[in-house]
Amino acid sequence: MNREKKKGLQNRDNMGYLFIAPFMIVFVAFSLYPVFRTLHMSFTDYTGFNEPTFIGLANYARVFKDKLFLEAFGNTIKIWGVNIVLQLGTAFLLTMVFSDMKYKMKGLSIFRALFYLPNLIACTSVAFLFKTLLDWKFGSVNQILVGLGIADQPIDWLGTPSLTRCAVGVIGAWMWFGNSFIMLMAGVQGINSDYYEAAAIDGAGRWKIFGKITLPLLKPILLYVAITSLIGGLQIFDIPYLMSLDNQKRARSVNTAVMHLYNMAFKNRQIGYAGALAFILFFVICICSVIVYFMMYAKKEDER
Amino acid sequence: MRNHVNIKKKVMQALLYAAIVALSMICILPFVLMLVNATRSGNEIMTSFSLIPGSSLMDNWMVVKKNLDIPRGFMNSIFIAVTSTVLTAYFSALTAYGFAFYKFKGNKALFTGILIFMMVPAQLGMLGFYDLMVKMKLIDSYIPLIIPSMAAPATVFFLRQYILSVMPKALLEAPRIDGAGELYIFHKIGLPIMAPGIATMCIGSFIASWNSYLIPLIILNTPKKWTLPVMVASLSSVKDLATNIGATYVTVAISVVPILIVFCFCSKYIISSIASGSVKE
Repeated sequence: MNREKKKGLQNRDNMGYLFIAPFMIVFVAFSLYPVFRTLHMSFTDYTGFNEPTFIGLANYARVFKDKLFLEAFGNTIKIWGVNIVLQLGTAFLLTMVFSDMKYKMKGLSIFRALFYLPNLIACTSVAFLFKTLLDWKFGSVNQILVGLGIADQPIDWLGTPSLTRCAVGVIGAWMWFGNSFIMLMAGVQGINSDYYEAAAIDGAGRWKIFGKITLPLLKPILLYVAITSLIGGLQIFDIPYLMSLDNQKRARSVNTAVMHLYNMAFKNRQIGYAGALAFILFFVICICSVIVYFMMYAKKEDER
Repeated sequence: MRNHVNIKKKVMQALLYAAIVALSMICILPFVLMLVNATRSGNEIMTSFSLIPGSSLMDNWMVVKKNLDIPRGFMNSIFIAVTSTVLTAYFSALTAYGFAFYKFKGNKALFTGILIFMMVPAQLGMLGFYDLMVKMKLIDSYIPLIIPSMAAPATVFFLRQYILSVMPKALLEAPRIDGAGELYIFHKIGLPIMAPGIATMCIGSFIASWNSYLIPLIILNTPKKWTLPVMVASLSSVKDLATNIGATYVTVAISVVPILIVFCFCSKYIISSIASGSVKE
């Protein structure tokens, strides 16, 4: 009797396989397997039409000699630099302001929603919106700047490479800072209020409380936000691609690593080589993530 | 003296509010400009800046209509977004329930594996995915845009945490003694209890699908099958539109307004889902 019952229960536990089976099948077929397929292609001269021939690491060696890719990678870093400083800087400042105990700012939920708004809009729409707003002749931005007397003459935002890169970085920050802010703020709200009460009883000032309680306890989320922004930032594609579709010169000035990958795969039909680019990019992202991780945790050791 | 400190505090507070309101304006202004410019003629937009709507909305719309089949793109986007959201919701709930309540062999290992995979950037699979779709003759079909949404690791992760926090395993015992089948129990008990969590994730996956650009771009060749983002992106190749800037704004506005409406009603849920994603790390 007992054994039978146990057996029945075990069978029930095995029913779990049934529940996860559809997910696992689709996951393996459409997510996991394509990654290995890309890996396999990266070792071949595959163009999408030919029978792939194994060429070893030749594609990977080519990546480091590909001037256009190195240039694209440089552009990515420049755009990403502007983006990350503004995005995380703004999010962090806002978190400080809204968690400040002296000013007790109100309206968090409304502002949070407003800050998040840009993130909801399709990249295609954002890109076209800003392309038209930043237009040299008819763009509203120049009309405002000239109208207010900030600029004497219209600024050629999309014709000057460094300005275009800056603009793309700022748009990225504009889109994503709300997301970072919501996550950081959730982290602050998750901190046990007992810590704050204890610190207040001990007579700690608000800056000291921020530095000694909020910041250290926020570290895991800060790390999470930093790494996800890093991964997203190094993969930037939609905005620069869409803003430069109609202009070769502009396309070159904001050519990012993933744009180069896309062009190689779908315009030049060098799918094997594009696969190698994807994996090199993945390794770079992994290495950067590890560096960010150790930077943040090495600091913690120093403090002790 | 005390009064002095108080005034200083009030001034500082006012400044902080001013800064935050200014930042909010920066977030809204582009959308306001988009809506306003959609109602103005190309000539008006080029020569002056204004926040007062014009009267050329219909003219602009006629230009759009001549070049792009927007209603069609709208229906395509709705169809894909709704079906993939339903699939994501149902199968993520099913999978989360399976991982949460059944102690089968390899449960932990599989779940951890999926979580690790979430960190792998999408670009890595994109080429293999595209090539696989070519081989399976699924290019220009909606299947590659819909079926993969059955496997949404982030949603599964969220729902697993959710169901573990709202549903005690003991709830399964009574129907089991009554001889109910496991799937029946899931549909009658698990699914309703998970509903609020599922709804939260639905909003996010609907918006993600609605906004998705790269995959529809590489999969869909026939303009009739295009989704709204692909249509919006094709604008730059339409010559007529480049001269009629008002029409561009109308097209962008049409793709943005549905999301703005969804957001007005559901912003609370969207934000709570992002917030919980980071805390339960």
